[in-house]
Amino acid sequence: MEGLLSLAVKSIFVENLALSFFLGMCTFLAVSKKIETAFGLGVAVVAVQVLTVPANNLLFQYVLADGALAWAGLPDVNLSFLGYISYIGVIAAMVQILEMVLDKYMPALYNALGVYLPLITVNCAILGGTLFMVERDYNFAESVTYGVSSGIGWAIAITALAGVREKLKYSDVPDGLQGLGITFITVGLMSLGFMAFSGIQL
Amino acid sequence: MASALRKKLDDLHPHFAKGGRWENYYAVYEAIDTFFYSPSDVTRTAPHVRDGIDLKRIMIFVWLAAMPCAFVACWNTGLQANLAMQALGVTDVDGWRGAFINMMGVGFSPDSLWDNFWHGFWYFIPVYLVTFAVGGFWEVLFAGVRNHEVNEGFFVTSILFALTCPPTIPLWQVALGISFGVVLGKEVFGGTGKNFLNPALTGRAFLFFAYPASMSGDTVWTAVDGFSGATPLGIAAVDGMDGVLNSVTWMESFLGTIQGSMGEVSTLACLIGAVFLLATKIASYRIMLGVFFGMVGTTLLLNAIGSDSNPMFEMPWYWHLVVGGFAFGMVYMATDPVSAAMTNKGRWMFGVLIGFMVVLIRVVNPAFPEGMMLAILFANLVAPLIDYGVVQANVKRRLARTAA
Repeated sequence: MEGLLSLAVKSIFVENLALSFFLGMCTFLAVSKKIETAFGLGVAVVAVQVLTVPANNLLFQYVLADGALAWAGLPDVNLSFLGYISYIGVIAAMVQILEMVLDKYMPALYNALGVYLPLITVNCAILGGTLFMVERDYNFAESVTYGVSSGIGWAIAITALAGVREKLKYSDVPDGLQGLGITFITVGLMSLGFMAFSGIQL
Repeated sequence: MASALRKKLDDLHPHFAKGGRWENYYAVYEAIDTFFYSPSDVTRTAPHVRDGIDLKRIMIFVWLAAMPCAFVACWNTGLQANLAMQALGVTDVDGWRGAFINMMGVGFSPDSLWDNFWHGFWYFIPVYLVTFAVGGFWEVLFAGVRNHEVNEGFFVTSILFALTCPPTIPLWQVALGISFGVVLGKEVFGGTGKNFLNPALTGRAFLFFAYPASMSGDTVWTAVDGFSGATPLGIAAVDGMDGVLNSVTWMESFLGTIQGSMGEVSTLACLIGAVFLLATKIASYRIMLGVFFGMVGTTLLLNAIGSDSNPMFEMPWYWHLVVGGFAFGMVYMATDPVSAAMTNKGRWMFGVLIGFMVVLIRVVNPAFPEGMMLAILFANLVAPLIDYGVVQANVKRRLARTAA
């Protein structure tokens, strides 16, 4: 239990997907103009992450890993070369389902997220979460924890960025830097602030 | 005399006005003019705020409030250096600093306030002058090109930045750090009041991560070659409270005769500044008290939890208050009205968050013995979200009230 808790704290703050690995940058930069939308997208990422990381964990453990098909009487088969395509397939399917659910039950958020919702499929934070899970050899409980907490970390980062950008609406940015330029600088300065957590050993 | 200066400035005005010879340098003229005289511009449309204290006076007051710390910075830097020289048996300082000190006929006795002050003076003043010149250059450049005013906010940024440097810092790093702080921390967002991080801390954090060897460790705090002395927090991280109590007393730490960045050592000087800032209602007492109570609460919690392996858990709150940059950050950095939360409830939360984070970093993060700088930067990041939460809660409450 303690191990899971420290994994959660670590993946929310210390190894924040957005601000220390710079994953999921396209949506991070594009959908962070308003706090509500950014928060909605953050929740969507948490939802996708909490579904796909454990699902891919099961897929890896029982189908893809070396010798994982022993339960089917095939102990010598190693399907791990199918990893990427399988994971992204699972992610795409999950996002599709999430999109339909949002369209049906939360049309306002669905419209606000627009094209970025299907783009979660190719959000590197999502695939990154799955690949970190495989690389670090998480078991099922750890992968659930990691899915939730890495998603929450990303959600916190994008909401904080949206907060800063709403404040920066009143700033007077030089012409050449307006838009993405100043956002890149903002994100860089934010990760300077997030350095507070780097080095924490759990 | 006064009217002669006014006349001179008025005579020069046409040259700097639109179409004049030096119109590109109008910002410089304007800065000098408003430094000496209240600007004659008045607001022509509603709403009016009638108040004798404008942004420039506020900034100058903060600059004045930092003076006790600057004085202690000179005195303690010299004291530490003279003590180290006495311990090592060194009797003379090489280089231009030594030349200046000898020229003034000042000795190197650690018992003499006068000697200590002038020895430290020649460490602090170069750092401050470089900060002021380089930072001022960027200010004037941006002001000239972008047609805004040179703001006295820079007085505050420059003195605070200089006070957070260790005495041995190379001057080119000072120039680099203040350039980063002023340009990327403030001017790219449009200047004073438009940034979201404290510019002085941004510059210092940049130096801290770019040149850790000259911003942290055991050899940077005393300006004598070959002398090594850790800050109380550095000692505490290794040996716990026993180690700290063996090297300094609480009173020494409170008065400021300890190792540390130049201006941060004396809690007493910071508190004098705090009284001035609170009496003039420039700094928010909510933020200061929030930081204080956040720190006390978190420390008591960690004291109660305790730890066998981590000696920092046992440090009591009254020690957290006097070591490192806590008091300096609480009084001068956290209360920066631009980068802090803007709502009154939000200020409490912002302060408590800083107090919480600083203890957390000091205690559980072995990478950094001191956490005030990073705690404030982190709180600056989430300050807009705190405000958003407070405003939304208020909107919800008023909606409920009017609906009923």
